[in-house]
Amino acid sequence: MDSLTRRAWLRLAGLGAATTGLLHGAGVRGQQRSHSGGAMDHAAHAMGPIGRADTRIFNPTTYLRAWNFSDRPPEDRSRYYKETPRPDGSLLREYDLIAVDREIEIAPGLFFPAWTFNGQVPGPTIRAREGDRVRVTFLNQGTHPHTIHFHGWHPPEMDGALPEHQVQPGDKFVYEFDAEPGGMHLYHCHAVPLKRHIHKGLYGVFIVDPKTPRAEADEMIMVMNGFDTNFDSDNEVYAVNTLANHYMYEPIRVEVGQLVRIYLVNLTEFDLINSLHLHGMFFEVFRTGTRSTPDDTTDTVMLCQGERAVLETRFRYPGKFMFHAHQSEFAELGWMGLFEATGARRDT
Amino acid sequence: MRGVIPDTVAIQPARTRTAIAVLLPLVLLAGVLFVIFRFGPSELLRDPDAPPVEILSVQRALLKSEGIALTVLNESPEPVTIAQVAVDDAFWSFSADGPLTVGRLRRVTLAIPYPWVTGETHHIAILTSTGTKFEHEIAVALKSPEPDARHLLLFAAIGVFVGVIPVALGLLWFPVIKRMGRTGLDAVLAFTIGLLLFLLIDAAAEGLESSAALPGAFHGVALLIASAATAYLALEALGSWLARRRAHLRAEGPPSGWILSLLIAVGIGLHNLGEGLAIGAAFALGEAAFGTLLIVGFTLHNATEGLAIIAPMAKERPSVWTLVKLGLIGGVPTIAGAWIGGLVYSRPFTVFFLGLGVGAIAQVVVLIMRQMARERPLSERLVHAPVMLGLLGGFAVMYLTGVLVG
Repeated sequence: MDSLTRRAWLRLAGLGAATTGLLHGAGVRGQQRSHSGGAMDHAAHAMGPIGRADTRIFNPTTYLRAWNFSDRPPEDRSRYYKETPRPDGSLLREYDLIAVDREIEIAPGLFFPAWTFNGQVPGPTIRAREGDRVRVTFLNQGTHPHTIHFHGWHPPEMDGALPEHQVQPGDKFVYEFDAEPGGMHLYHCHAVPLKRHIHKGLYGVFIVDPKTPRAEADEMIMVMNGFDTNFDSDNEVYAVNTLANHYMYEPIRVEVGQLVRIYLVNLTEFDLINSLHLHGMFFEVFRTGTRSTPDDTTDTVMLCQGERAVLETRFRYPGKFMFHAHQSEFAELGWMGLFEATGARRDT
Repeated sequence: MRGVIPDTVAIQPARTRTAIAVLLPLVLLAGVLFVIFRFGPSELLRDPDAPPVEILSVQRALLKSEGIALTVLNESPEPVTIAQVAVDDAFWSFSADGPLTVGRLRRVTLAIPYPWVTGETHHIAILTSTGTKFEHEIAVALKSPEPDARHLLLFAAIGVFVGVIPVALGLLWFPVIKRMGRTGLDAVLAFTIGLLLFLLIDAAAEGLESSAALPGAFHGVALLIASAATAYLALEALGSWLARRRAHLRAEGPPSGWILSLLIAVGIGLHNLGEGLAIGAAFALGEAAFGTLLIVGFTLHNATEGLAIIAPMAKERPSVWTLVKLGLIGGVPTIAGAWIGGLVYSRPFTVFFLGLGVGAIAQVVVLIMRQMARERPLSERLVHAPVMLGLLGGFAVMYLTGVLVG
């Protein structure tokens, strides 16, 4: 009778307990901790959300290794991305980014009224070589003013942050700048209120490959994000690449011994920091990816909001390796996944 | 038109005309309802983009060895789809005994295999498909008793301790009351009124509290008042029927003490039924353990109920069997209440039974006052010091034993 007052509760429960004691000739003294819920099976399969999400519209597995619309069929891709060689050997890369409101599935059966770039959260990954010219035509088809604010070198009028930079619904703006410096960057809407415009989903990854190319690797993009589904400035769902627990069901397949490079960025709102912890192995951390020497060798990296890092490692053992935020709360609310390495054991 | 109607009406017999007069507004009303449902003027007012109103409430949380069983009621005007459940900020798998899209005022029970920890607090969050979050706190986790033969017996035993034994103990005062004079008896009756008034206020407060916790659609306060009125009027009717029957058989005068005692026993029985419900429900929901002192307090609290039952019979010579019958009428409903509360607990039920208790006690109070007043005005009898002291004393005893109980 949960409608009773606490007083009434105690009265009734105490009465019952006393009666039990009288009946069984045993006093009720303290709690018996031995028989509790703890006796039940802590089966791992009981953890996590139920059901499976529909990944036809946005598949985190595809997103992981896609950039410059490489996940689209060629004719579709050419509508959004075009590259033209320039006299100096660099490329002019032209992108079409469109802000649209769209409901997205962030955990099985759980929908979030997102603001998206090109219908997906995170937005399409933009990847250029250092020195390339980037031209982004931004069309706002949303219901609020939006902008695109790129991290990287650019003149102030390309910053997309000041009130006069806001692109009204139905309007268009062309952002143009040279891709530099080499590193792992991001882009996001900078319209106010900032928190809402970012956490609603207007963000994406901007990779600038350095002039001196990085070593050949199996590359993947991981955006740590969260969703405040009831708008109380606290996230209900956490994930890497939007869909809670996706990589638990669909582990990221890698090969033992091959260099794996992860472009990691924290775009979680409301929580100050986020982190990635990889089980059973270590990786090298290149903070912001701007230098060629590693800053750290670790198994856990912590990133502030908007902070990013390039991680490199090689799997030694075949099998499944868990990776997740080391904030257990985030991990258990969806930010958890698996790598599955195949091949013979190879000491690296 | 003008020419047609009078003719038609004139041919029809009066009965048909009455039938049409009754049915026409109903038919028109049905038409209006059809228009509302078919074309939905309220839908036109609503912004199509407005998110649906979603209200889920947790009706009951059972802690079992295999996890948590949560019964959830959809109080919102439209169906709600439950998407995920998080316990202590962790998504947890669960199964449901019905579809996860829950219709209005429908319920679903979620079985969550969560390894809860005895004595600790757990927070459960239900996320709907729209991301709306409903939270429920389990303040102190303790394994809930599962209804089986042993618990039926346990509930019966609780009923005996709370209802039957105290009432029976109170009845043992009969010989003392028998020897009292007119003033003493009035004081005892006043004492009884004091006791009952306390119970009345207590039950009404509990009933209002339970009503407040009910989903709006159940109209808790109206339910409480209606059930109270039902009990009041039913007892009033029962009383006058008994009086008429008695008058018919033996040609005696005003309602005898026996009838009053019986009515008081029925009233207290209804009250104890509500008390039993609360106890059973408390058990079913599982709560913290306490000392034996409390049962002592409860016994004291309820022993006075026996006194209330026999006081009107002081001038008569009831058989022992009559006393036993009255005791059982007053006490045994506690057992039934405990069973109902423990096995088929529901909040609207609780409000309904609390209402019955309130009405029954109110009627009994009125009856006793009538008996005390006899042919003179009531105020004249009340201003006597012993009567006033009795009234206050009854209230004070209830209050103090109530304090002892917590």
